[in-house]
Amino acid sequence: MFKHLVDGIFWDIALWVFTIGVLWRILSIFLVGNKKDLSVARTTGMTGAIAANISRFFPRSEMQSRTRLHVIAGYMFHLGLFALLFFAAPHILFVESQTGLSWPAMPYWAFIVTAQLAFVGLLLLWIHRVMDPVTRLISSADDHVGSILTFIVMLTGCMALLEGFEGLRVLHRFTVELLMVYFPFSRLMHAFMFIPSRAFTGAWFGRRGVKA
Amino acid sequence: MSEALELGINALRGQMDTRAMSYFSSCVRCGICAEACLFYTETGDARYTPIYKTEPLRKLWKREYTFWGKLASKMGLLKPMTESDLSDWEELVYDGCSMCSRCSMVCPVGVDIAYLIRKAKEGLSAAGFSPADLVAAGERADRIGSPMGVTSHTLNATIRVQEKETGLPVPLDVQGAEYLVLLSSGEIAGFPEFIGSLAKIFKATGISWTLSSEYFEATNTGVQLGNSKLAAKLVERIVTVAEKLDIKTVVSPECGHAYTTIRWDAPNFIGRPLPFNVVHVMELLDQLRQQGRLKTKGYTEERLSYHDPCNAGRRGGVLDQPRNLLKMVAPNFVELPESGDMNWCCGGGGGVSSNERANPLRLKVFDAKKRQLDAAKPEGLVTACSNCRHMLEDGLEHNHMYDVELLGVTELIAEHLVDGDEA
Repeated sequence: MFKHLVDGIFWDIALWVFTIGVLWRILSIFLVGNKKDLSVARTTGMTGAIAANISRFFPRSEMQSRTRLHVIAGYMFHLGLFALLFFAAPHILFVESQTGLSWPAMPYWAFIVTAQLAFVGLLLLWIHRVMDPVTRLISSADDHVGSILTFIVMLTGCMALLEGFEGLRVLHRFTVELLMVYFPFSRLMHAFMFIPSRAFTGAWFGRRGVKA
Repeated sequence: MSEALELGINALRGQMDTRAMSYFSSCVRCGICAEACLFYTETGDARYTPIYKTEPLRKLWKREYTFWGKLASKMGLLKPMTESDLSDWEELVYDGCSMCSRCSMVCPVGVDIAYLIRKAKEGLSAAGFSPADLVAAGERADRIGSPMGVTSHTLNATIRVQEKETGLPVPLDVQGAEYLVLLSSGEIAGFPEFIGSLAKIFKATGISWTLSSEYFEATNTGVQLGNSKLAAKLVERIVTVAEKLDIKTVVSPECGHAYTTIRWDAPNFIGRPLPFNVVHVMELLDQLRQQGRLKTKGYTEERLSYHDPCNAGRRGGVLDQPRNLLKMVAPNFVELPESGDMNWCCGGGGGVSSNERANPLRLKVFDAKKRQLDAAKPEGLVTACSNCRHMLEDGLEHNHMYDVELLGVTELIAEHLVDGDEA
């Protein structure tokens, strides 16, 4: 019964909430609008917007010693999660079953390494969030719920690799559905909103002739 | 709800735009911004984390612009904003932030935190939670035209002294001059030789220029307070005198926030494009250098470094010009570590210097600048902002760093100037 719900109506609901929620959230932000900048620009803001979207992937050299943990753990987690999401064989099979699209999967050993990197990265980030006075002060329940949900999704995903146990696959899919429902209303939206944020800042500084 | 709170919240509502909402929706609370902020690095106090200073605005955003916030508010699960949501942030926003924007350069998701803090200031200012000294400076700027109470009489007296010292006339209220030079009160009171230096340089380069006795102030306390109405009023005064004198280009003096305000923010404050061009004095001198009109002779053997004023450099784009000028006269120039667009603030920007209450904190966070100076070991520190220069003087004195001489770029160039006759 639960399996049918998870593979059926729960999935449909989660997909709709995720899709409509993300679109609604983005639309509600962009409908507010910005005032036009009336100053005379030195260079086009568009160049700055694109440049900032690329350059902000790389930490400033001046900050390396002070942000080593953030950067290393951040990259371990995000790259690991990205690789797992798009290149884990079961995920590709799932996408193929839904859309007919397929692409090469990473080998099993790479999956294990990637998953471990992602786990360690996420754990380090979360421990830092809890232990560091700065992140402890500025974090809210949302940050912890997002981290814990993501951790559970990854954990159940690894467990689901034991393909003999259908129940573990169902559990993984159920946690994914929970995450999808939570996503649009949480800070997980940064996965989309970092692009306009970087663009606004890059354009603003770019108009002034500053590379941001 | 008290009247003050209502005014504050309404002002914050007026600040909400797509850019701010994108920032709040993308911030992952990683805390990297703290590591770029001298108020955090030098005190270790987590409350000075830049993004934490935006809490008044973020709380309003969460309550009125997010799904959970709106739902929780309707169900009575989210406490309404109180006066303490604003008053408790006064010290953090006004004393513990120099609006230097270093945090904005390092945020991995690209949040311009200084942009949000500037918006939060509007709410605090409207609710009356601004430092008394800064409010008083704003009143003086509004009433007299100068935050320090410098009058046109003071300016006239200063001009006379400079004319005597240089033997050159300082033009005042010249109709149709090419350039109108603005001044900061801090310059007139503390570094009047800037005026004489300009007189020398402009004579040597054949520039037609003038000062205005009607309104000369370049600084804008409205910006520092977070009071856009006052900011617009002060900008309008510059526009009025520039139009009256039929000026083509307004020159911002050696003052960081004055430049950012008149060059970049002014048209947005008054809601229309400016009827003149704006250049920082460093830009103008560098243009004259490029055109071959500004020539220097001799060198200073001193090991000089340059302190980038945050507003002129990081927020204004005037980064290369002062270095080009210094190369003309200072062969032993040495960069400070973490200079240019990642320079550490002097600690006195954003109105902190006008706020006596913040003095102990400002001198404490000067340790960031001290570290830069200890590493580069310059004999002289040059800058292009009179406010920075005052703050650097104060910080060097406080740290007994008597060996570091402070200089302004314009004066240094004027000292080495090849005048028209020699050329």
